[in-house]
Amino acid sequence: MPIISFKDVTKIYPLPAGDVRALNHVSLEIEAGEFVSLMGPSGSGKTTLLNVMGSLDVPTSGEVYINGARISVMDDDELTHLRRDHIGFIFQHFNLIPLLSVVENVEYPMILKTKKGGRACTKRAAEVLHAVGLEDELFTHKSNELSGGQQQRVAIARALVNDPAILLADEPTGNLDTKTGSGIMDLLVQMNEAGKTIVMVTHDPRMAEYSHRIIRIEDGVLI
Amino acid sequence: MTFFEFAKRNLKRHWVRTLLAVIGIVIGVVAIATLGILGNSINLMVGDMVSDVGDTLVVTPAVSGGGMFGGVSGGKLSGRQVEDIARAAGSNRVIPIATAFDRLETGNLDRGVQIYAMHADDIPYLLERESGTFPKETTAGILIGKQLAEAGEKDGLRAGSRVQLGGETVRVLGVLEERGLSFDINPDYAVVVPYRWFSDRYDRNDYDQVIVKVRDVRNIDSVRMDIEDRMNRRDRVVSVMDTGRIMESIMSAYGQITIFLMGIGAISLIVAGVSILNVMMMSVTERIREIGILRSIGTLRSEVMRMFLYEALILGLMGAVIGGVLSFAGGLLMTALFLEDTSYLFNLTSIMYIVFGMAFGIATSVASGIYPAWNAAQLNPIEALRHE
Ligand SMILES: Nc1ncnc2c1ncn2[C@@H]1O[C@H](COP(=O)(O)OP(=O)(O)OP(=O)(O)O)[C@@H](O)[C@H]1O
Ligand SMILES: [Mg+2]
Repeated sequence: MPIISFKDVTKIYPLPAGDVRALNHVSLEIEAGEFVSLMGPSGSGKTTLLNVMGSLDVPTSGEVYINGARISVMDDDELTHLRRDHIGFIFQHFNLIPLLSVVENVEYPMILKTKKGGRACTKRAAEVLHAVGLEDELFTHKSNELSGGQQQRVAIARALVNDPAILLADEPTGNLDTKTGSGIMDLLVQMNEAGKTIVMVTHDPRMAEYSHRIIRIEDGVLI
Repeated sequence: MTFFEFAKRNLKRHWVRTLLAVIGIVIGVVAIATLGILGNSINLMVGDMVSDVGDTLVVTPAVSGGGMFGGVSGGKLSGRQVEDIARAAGSNRVIPIATAFDRLETGNLDRGVQIYAMHADDIPYLLERESGTFPKETTAGILIGKQLAEAGEKDGLRAGSRVQLGGETVRVLGVLEERGLSFDINPDYAVVVPYRWFSDRYDRNDYDQVIVKVRDVRNIDSVRMDIEDRMNRRDRVVSVMDTGRIMESIMSAYGQITIFLMGIGAISLIVAGVSILNVMMMSVTERIREIGILRSIGTLRSEVMRMFLYEALILGLMGAVIGGVLSFAGGLLMTALFLEDTSYLFNLTSIMYIVFGMAFGIATSVASGIYPAWNAAQLNPIEALRHE
């Protein structure tokens, strides 16, 4: 059974100036363990597709199954729990929480899940931070004291800490130089080899080469 | 690291704003508590007086202006008039009193004092003695009030000592117990002398007021009417003050003052609440993107809500604690300043006003936080994430 499956999914954003059809009858399947790139021009609906895959957004019509769960019948709390436990988000702008230190950023999703912090959480966060190549002395820094590449590594650690099945990355290297970007890509490949299903939005064909398969989208339609 | 910690850090991040919001709450809490305490202290004090004089009628010569408080009028009551009053009062005890003002000297003490002259057998009836003996009608001895005794202590003013009263040497026979503020006579700073001696010394045969102690308080109205009927048949000769009734109306007026004062406090707290609402709305608006991130990585709506409510709660707690401490200090200061007696502050009701002020402060803060917190929780995560 595919880990992500879209059946005739349409997403319409109603706007005063007229409805925007961000996804138009999209059907697709992604198998567990795949590394998929999502490519297309600006405004074609890539982020929208990724958000629906991540249960952050719900389709206007059609059915979406994530990790076996049918999105259309879930309420907000259930969708939130799905994101928390089974999906890791990686953003173009890193999106670390400025109030928290590096290690606290990584601990945070674990605390949400286990409802308690403590030494076990910190230990797990440190493990994951080591795995993405961050040194101990950075752990207590605030996120804005780090370089872009370092921040994206922290964001990946945060996405990984609850050991989700799916990683969704929206232009994860979009704000990084080529060298730092390929470091991040190596990390994603490594995570994919460790068993994570990865869907990555990118404009850059060189980055797309790291993936197994490329899905192309234009004006909300897969091509 | 919990949602509480989150709230704390956000408040610390904007500490100036936090401080201002807390000050608002502090002012509200202090206003409610101190105004409540002041009102309550007044009530308690007035209540003490009521039980003292509730059974008392004070008859004074009528003044053209119809003045209420005795001792200021130029008119006097003659012995005949006093007898008439006594007849009207029936079996109730009638205590005629004459007053004068004269100079008291002993050691380095040299001051003017109020003199109350009463018949010797009335003195023990009206006043309590702390030390010494009560005078007889003919003795040239005086009693002194408690406060006066304290003021003259280092000049040897005590029971048994000799003093100059209006230039004449007299013996201090005893010291009276403290009586507090009262409607009939206030002997704490005064001297009390037997009437016969007073009459000889000051060449007077009249009186300034007559106190009628009504044995059964339920009859107080009819006794008053009897006196007025008899004395004021043709002209208004006397005015009769029913202390109990005056106390009652004063009490209810003070009760209303207390409510009014606390209302002012409540309004200032509501203003503080609005400022908290404002601060929290700002906080939500600034953090829309942050809220989007939190939601996208698995934070529940209720958890976002909790995070913001904690902020309001912390503001309320800080304001309440600081306000509580300041209220106690303020209450102490105000009662000391206005009522010169702080014992009323250490009374359960006064403490309750502080607790009430604090609780109201916390409740206002949390209530003001509900709408912004709910707003934050309802944000669409996608929209929030797109927010720059
Ligand atoms: N929350 C929203 N409200 C209204 N319209 C939206 C919203 N999100 C996306 N859209 C519209 O839907 C269309 C697809 O947007 P989307 O962000 O998915 O594109 P994209 O492929 O990610 O573009 P880019 O490469 O620039 O990030 C666009 O026309 C966009 O304006
Ligand atoms: Mg996009």
